[in-house]
Amino acid sequence: MTRTRHRRDHGLQLLAATAMLVLAAFGHAKAQEGETDPSAVIRIGSLYEPQNLDNTAGAGQGINEAFNGNVYEGLFQLEDSGEVVPKLALDYQMSDDGLTYTFTLQPDVTFHSGDPLTSADVKYSIERVVAENSKSSRKKSLSTIAGIETPDDRTVVVKLSERSISLPYNLTYVWIVNDKATDLTSGEDGTGPYRLDAWRRGSSISLVPFDDYWGDAPANSGVTFNYFTEATALNNALLTGAVDIITSVQSPDSLAQFQDNPAFVVEEGQSTTKEVLAYNDRVEPFSNVKVRKAIARAIDRQRLLSSIWGDYGTLIGSFVPPTDPWYVDLTNVDPYDPESAKQLLAEAGYADGFTFTLETPNYDPHPIVAQFVQSELAKVGIKVNINIITANEWYTKIYQAHDFQATLQEHVNHRDIVFYGNPDFYWGYNNPKVVELIASSETSASEAEQVEKLKEANRIIAEDAASGWLYLYPQIVVSSAGVSGYPVNGLNSQFFAYGITKRAE
Amino acid sequence: MASVVLFVLLRLLPGDPANALVSVGADQAQIEAARREVGSDLPLPQQFAHFISSLARFDLGTSFVSRTPVLDDIIARLSVTVPLTLLSFLLAVVIAVPFGILSAVKADRWYGGAISVVSQLGIAIPVFWVGILLVTLFAVNLRLFPSGGFPPRGWGAPFEALRALFLPIITIALVMSASLLRYVRSATQDVLGSDYLRTARALGSGFSEALVRHGIRNGAVPVVSILGIELATTLLGAVVVERVFTLPGLGSMLLLAIEQRDYPNIQGVLFISTLLVLLIGFFADLAQRWIDPRLREKAGSVRR
Repeated sequence: MTRTRHRRDHGLQLLAATAMLVLAAFGHAKAQEGETDPSAVIRIGSLYEPQNLDNTAGAGQGINEAFNGNVYEGLFQLEDSGEVVPKLALDYQMSDDGLTYTFTLQPDVTFHSGDPLTSADVKYSIERVVAENSKSSRKKSLSTIAGIETPDDRTVVVKLSERSISLPYNLTYVWIVNDKATDLTSGEDGTGPYRLDAWRRGSSISLVPFDDYWGDAPANSGVTFNYFTEATALNNALLTGAVDIITSVQSPDSLAQFQDNPAFVVEEGQSTTKEVLAYNDRVEPFSNVKVRKAIARAIDRQRLLSSIWGDYGTLIGSFVPPTDPWYVDLTNVDPYDPESAKQLLAEAGYADGFTFTLETPNYDPHPIVAQFVQSELAKVGIKVNINIITANEWYTKIYQAHDFQATLQEHVNHRDIVFYGNPDFYWGYNNPKVVELIASSETSASEAEQVEKLKEANRIIAEDAASGWLYLYPQIVVSSAGVSGYPVNGLNSQFFAYGITKRAE
Repeated sequence: MASVVLFVLLRLLPGDPANALVSVGADQAQIEAARREVGSDLPLPQQFAHFISSLARFDLGTSFVSRTPVLDDIIARLSVTVPLTLLSFLLAVVIAVPFGILSAVKADRWYGGAISVVSQLGIAIPVFWVGILLVTLFAVNLRLFPSGGFPPRGWGAPFEALRALFLPIITIALVMSASLLRYVRSATQDVLGSDYLRTARALGSGFSEALVRHGIRNGAVPVVSILGIELATTLLGAVVVERVFTLPGLGSMLLLAIEQRDYPNIQGVLFISTLLVLLIGFFADLAQRWIDPRLREKAGSVRR
C-alpha cells in the first residue's frame, strides 16, 4: 500500500516537474493543492453501526449509510439531490393503465461473487423485501406488487394490483442481491462499486473497490466506516486525524471547534429528520384539535431550535421537509402566540389547563426538548410530567401498545407523510379526508396529480395540528479540509462514498 | 444459580428483543414475525427451558440482532479485552509493588507519605475521568496516541493495535495501581512489624536482605489473593474504559446487547466473564499455595 503510494508520488512529482518546465509562467502551487490522491483510503466516522448487514433483517439505519449505492445497488437510486434515477434498470416502461412495469436491466453487470446479474436475481430481491419475515420498514409500500415475471435474462415485468406512482422511488430501497447468496447478515453479494473487505463488530467496516464494477470506478482506493458510540469520541477522532469525515454531526456544542479551524470544513445539507412532539390523538384531551393547536402556539420553536442548534436547523410547519416534492411552507399556520393558545384552551374547556405525561426517549436531544416543552407549556397552565424511557421501551409501549399521552420522537425518513394516512399508526391521527387523499395519491396517473393531493393532505394535517412539529434537524457533515466529493444531504441516511477524494499530502 | 437470576432479571426489563429488528413503519404482522423469530412470543417457562438446555450443551446460541454465533463474536472481542486487562494488570503490579514497599519502609520520609496520599487520590478518581483526561492531553493536544478505536485488522497490525491500547492500558493501570499500592503497603507494614523479621535481623542479616528473603514471600500471600480479585475487577471495569476509548471489546458488546435486549449476547458475555472470573480466582488460589507451603498442608490434612 505504502509502496504504491510512494511510486505514485514520484510520478506526480515528475509530472509536476514537466508541467513547470512547459508552463513555467503558471504557478505550481495550484497544481499541488488540487492534486487528489487516488490511492487514498477514506476513513469515515459514524455513530450508526449496523446491527447486521441485511436491510431486510433489521440492520438499522447504519446499513443504508454504509451499503446503499456503495455495496448494493437498486433498480433505481435516490440521489443526494432527492432525484430518483435508474441504476441497475437501464430503461423502464409503464403500461397505460399503470399496472405493468417492464424493466430492462443494465448489461454486463456482475455480482461481487462473479455471478452475472439476471432478471431472476431481481425477482428474488424484490420478493425478499415483501416476504413474510422481512423486517424492512418499506415492506408495506410495496404491497401492491401482485407478481413478478422474468421473460428473459434482462427483462423484469412487475404486475401491480393497483397503480403505484412511487414504485420507482420505493424500489430505491430494494437492494439487488444475488439469488445464490447464502449469508447476507454477515457477508454480502451485491453489484456496487465496493465489496466488503472486513467487518470488525463494534469498530469498523472496510470496503474495497470491486475490480469488475460495471460503472465508473470509485475515485478513491476504498473506504472504512469507523463506528463510535459517543459523539465526543467521534469528534476527537476527527480532530486528531483518525477519521477524515463525520457523516452527521449530532452534538451542537462540538461544532465551534471545527468552525473556527481552517483545517476543517463544515457543510450543512438538507435533512429529513424531524423532531416531533407526537400526541396520542385517540385520547382526551389530545383528540381535541383546539388543544393541539394551543400547544403548537404555546411553544416558541424558534427559541428551542436556536438554543439547541444555534444558527443551524430549519423550522417546519408540518411533517414534510423541504426536500419532499409536496413541501409547502406552513410555518405560519400556528405561529408562536401564547395568548391565543390560552384562548384556544379556554374554548376547548381547559381554561385551567391540564396535566399530561410526556414519554421521553433517553437520548439526545429529547430530554432537553422535553424540559423546554415543559417550561413553555407551564406558562399556559399545562403541567407536563416527563417520563424517561429507552428506545426499546418506546417501541413496545408507544409504537405497539399505543399506551401513552404524548411522546417525543425523531422521524428520519424521506417522504413519510404516508404515516398520517394510517389511522392505526402510533399517534392515531384519523382524518378520513387525509386517509383518502394519501391513499389516492399513490394511485395517481401522474406525478403532478400525486404532488397536488399530497400538498392538500399536508395542509390539512397542519391545520389539524395532528402532531407538534418542533423543528427539522440540521444535516451537518464535517470533514478535514483536504476531503471533497461527499454527499451532504444524507437522505434516508445514505452516504455515497465513491466520489470522495482526498488531497495528496 | 447465577444463570437463573440472570434469566429472570433480563425478562423483568421492559422492552422486547424483537424491537431492535423492526423500525418505525413496520406493521403488526412484521412485529409478530420478528417476535416469533427471536422466541420472545413464547411463554416464559418455555423460554427458560430452552435457555438452560442450550447452556448445558455449552451452546451460547446465535445473536437475535446480528445473527452471528455468540461464541464467535465473544472470541473476536476477547482479543481486545484480554490483552487490555492483562497488560494493564501487569503495569499496575509493576507500579504498585515497588512503590507500595517503598512507602511502607520509608513511611517516615516525605516521599513515603506523598506516595500514600497520591494513591488515596487515585482511589477517589473515577476511571472514565482519568480516561477523558488522558485523551484530552495525549490524543487531542499532544497527538501522541489515537483518541480511541481499534485497527480493523486487529492484531494483524500489532504496532497499531498496541498504540490503540496504550492510553486505555495507562488509564486502567493508574487507577488500579492506586488501590493495589495500598494493599502492598499494608502487607509490607505487617511484615515490618513481624517477629521473624526481627529475628532475622538479630541473626545478623541486613535490613534489605531480610526483607527480600523473608518479607516478600510472607507479604505476597495476602497480596496475591487481592491481586486475583483486582484482576477480576479490571476485567469487569474494562466495560467503562472500552466505552471511553471506543474499543470493540467484551464490555461494549455487553452494553449494546443490553440496550437491544439481545438476550443470547448478554447471557453469553456474562457466562464467559463469570467463567473467567472463576478461573482467575482459581489460579490466584493455586499461586498462593505455591508461595506458601503452609496452605498446601492445611488443605491436605484433616482439620482438628
